[in-house]
Amino acid sequence: MPSFLFWLFAFVMLGFGAAVVINRNPIASALSLVLCFMGLSALFMSLDAFFIGIIQVLVYAGAVMVLFLFIIMLLDLRAETRRKTNVVAVVGGSAVALAFFLQVYFVVGQLSAAKEPFPPLGPSKMDDVRNVGLLLFSNYTLPFQIIGVLVLVATIGVIVLSKRELR
Amino acid sequence: MVTLGHYLIVSGLLFTIGFAGVLLRRNIIIIFMSLELMLNAANLSLVAFSRFRLDAAGMPNYNAQVFVFFIITVAAAEVAVGLAIIVALYRARQTTHVEDVSSLKF
Amino acid sequence: MSSALPWYILLLPFFAAVVIVLFAKSFRGVSSFISVGAVLASFAGSCVVFVTPNTRAVELTWLDLRPVLYVPLGLVLDDLSKTMLVLVTGIGALIHIYSLGYMKDDAGKSRYFASLSFFMFSMLGIVLANNFVMMFIFWELVGVSSYLLIGHWFERDAAAEAAKKAFITNRLGDFGFMLGILMAWTATGTVVFHDMSQQLARITSYPEYLMVAVLLIFCGAVGKSAQFPLHVWLPDAMEGPTPISALIHAATMVAAGVYMLVRVSFLIQAAPHALTIIAWIGTITAVMAALIATQQNDIKRILAYSTLSQLGYMIMAVGLASGEAAMFHLFTHAFFKALLFLGAGSIIVMLHHEQNIWKMGGLAGRLGITFLTFMVGTLALIGFPPFSGFFSKDAILALAYEKNPAIFWLALFTAFLTAFYMLRLVVVVFFGKPRSDQARAGREAPWVMIGPLILLAIPAAASGFGFVAKLFLRLPGEHETGWLVPALALVATLAGITLAILLYRRRESDPVDLALFRKRFYFDEIYSFLIAATQGVLASLSAFLDRWILDAGVIRGASGATWGFGSLLRLLQVGNLQAYSFLFGLGIVGLIYFTLFR
Repeated sequence: MPSFLFWLFAFVMLGFGAAVVINRNPIASALSLVLCFMGLSALFMSLDAFFIGIIQVLVYAGAVMVLFLFIIMLLDLRAETRRKTNVVAVVGGSAVALAFFLQVYFVVGQLSAAKEPFPPLGPSKMDDVRNVGLLLFSNYTLPFQIIGVLVLVATIGVIVLSKRELR
Repeated sequence: MVTLGHYLIVSGLLFTIGFAGVLLRRNIIIIFMSLELMLNAANLSLVAFSRFRLDAAGMPNYNAQVFVFFIITVAAAEVAVGLAIIVALYRARQTTHVEDVSSLKF
Repeated sequence: MSSALPWYILLLPFFAAVVIVLFAKSFRGVSSFISVGAVLASFAGSCVVFVTPNTRAVELTWLDLRPVLYVPLGLVLDDLSKTMLVLVTGIGALIHIYSLGYMKDDAGKSRYFASLSFFMFSMLGIVLANNFVMMFIFWELVGVSSYLLIGHWFERDAAAEAAKKAFITNRLGDFGFMLGILMAWTATGTVVFHDMSQQLARITSYPEYLMVAVLLIFCGAVGKSAQFPLHVWLPDAMEGPTPISALIHAATMVAAGVYMLVRVSFLIQAAPHALTIIAWIGTITAVMAALIATQQNDIKRILAYSTLSQLGYMIMAVGLASGEAAMFHLFTHAFFKALLFLGAGSIIVMLHHEQNIWKMGGLAGRLGITFLTFMVGTLALIGFPPFSGFFSKDAILALAYEKNPAIFWLALFTAFLTAFYMLRLVVVVFFGKPRSDQARAGREAPWVMIGPLILLAIPAAASGFGFVAKLFLRLPGEHETGWLVPALALVATLAGITLAILLYRRRESDPVDLALFRKRFYFDEIYSFLIAATQGVLASLSAFLDRWILDAGVIRGASGATWGFGSLLRLLQVGNLQAYSFLFGLGIVGLIYFTLFR
């Protein structure tokens, strides 16, 4: 894929990601997050991971972010009022985050494989979805079932947690 | 020329942004959204590696993509439960400011 | 004769004790007969062993760690031990029979006879042991038996205290004894007497070491035979029943110290400086005890101090390098001292447990046979010819005259004192007018008690004669001083008799009052003070250590440190979510740094 597309979508993703963190208004943050996920999905496509890319949009942007927006609307959250900023906490938090990024940068810099371009894919009769599905339902059947149970449990948990007490 | 390193750096940067959001914002919903950013950064790394490592037939290593699938599913469940808790918390305390819920101290 | 017979002699009293304790506790009559039967059987066995030449007993191996240590359970059967066997079992049998009468109405009769049998077993063990370790074990067992028997009437505080005192004082001596055994074993590599005498050259090349070892072994004898300064337990031991005083504290147990020293005389006589110390301790004990006896008013205590004095003589003889003289005096002393104690016992019991001599008097007519036998014993003790004590004491005096004149004159002075206090006793108790109602009502004792008295009077009188003694002992050699020493001894004896009769005839109370002697040289008071002082210091030191170092320092320190550390850690729990995530992130960064970048 032409490299300028990579840079485009990367900047979209990072920019809107930063917007999530910086915005005061929770609705604005949520919508920025949706666009961030779009950029991410495009990056997935650029890596020939079509199934994952689609799933990202469907589940994350479609379901999870909708849920976020529902909750924000439900709780009727406004832009948070400014409180006294704790300078020490801000400086400390930024320092730790920056330190972490520097570590990642150095590690990747030393990784010899990181400098190589992506090798070309071989020919294949099956598309991406089929390949993932084959692997999922042959090697990873048990985890798949467990995930199903997990989602069930989460559903029950949500219902229990958000029940109002009947007077 | 876009290499594996580019993807990894971008992923790291996204993770850092999410991490900074968790540390610096005080609205619990925003913190939760930053958490999602971190998860997705990890997903990006995994998919990049999956594309990079090809097997003998030239196919990407789909194990990583299955892993990403699971991560997305679990993240969705986690968001559901987490938001339910936040709703319960809001109903009890009428606030989403994280510094107001610090009664569990010594 | 089977080679197991010596083992039977040793073990029969033990089994009697076990049977009595396990089965016959409530049958008092049965217990006494079991005990008497066992000791008579042992006596018969001892006589058989005595007349059989070349007896060898089976030796059992107990601890075999050769070449480092070899401890057998073996019996030594030479002339010395055979004689002691007959002596111990013979006098023991007589005293068992006497006890049938003395302890007739006692509630603890079974316990008494069981302890008595156990004592016989332990004493025979000392006599027969062929190595130091076995002898030490039986040494301790004898101490235990003595404790049990002295404290027989334990409901009386005085008896319980006396028993404890005896055991603890003995223990002090035994500590030295054990150290001495260890030193001897280290140098010679063996604890068996016979082998040690072969290996003697290995230890004589270090004279200072040998001297210390000998003196430590002598500590055991100091404790067991009540020499100065561990003599304080013997007079208090008179709280026990009189047959016990006769058996243990006159004839057998206290003689065990002397016997042990004679048994290892090969070791002792190789250390001349130690010998001198031993002789002087014996002399000091003899003189001191005689001085104290002149002022005592309890008949048993007078006899106890007399025993101490005579033991001093025996130890003196050991120190003058003549085990034969010591054993000779031990032999004669056993008879006449047992006789004297049993006689005193019959007086006490017929006067309803009165022991103060100033409450007696005029008993010569009332307790005739007791009086006659008591006189025989007294004359033997003070060394009046031709009774046995004359010969044995004379042997020791002659030895002292040759070897150490200072000791000789002190021993002679003691002989004078011995005659003095014994005649004081006789005059006050048997002559004059009765001084109390019990004395007036006194009648002769029953035959079960008189019989042993008569039987003992015979050897008390006759065992000094050479031809009799030669059957049993090796006699000390003839000496060149001829008539001088016996003449001096006779003069001292007669002087003592005369002074006693002059001073104590027809008296109602003691005309002489010397507090120093009456209070036994204040030894008990000095010891109490010393012990209280050291214990006090030790106790306050321990209290300080416990309160300030262990309690405040270690325990409270540990708890305080934990508490403080916990309080510090508590500060981290701020309840603030973002603080936690900050620390979390910090940890992650640190972790990555230390794993990947180092």
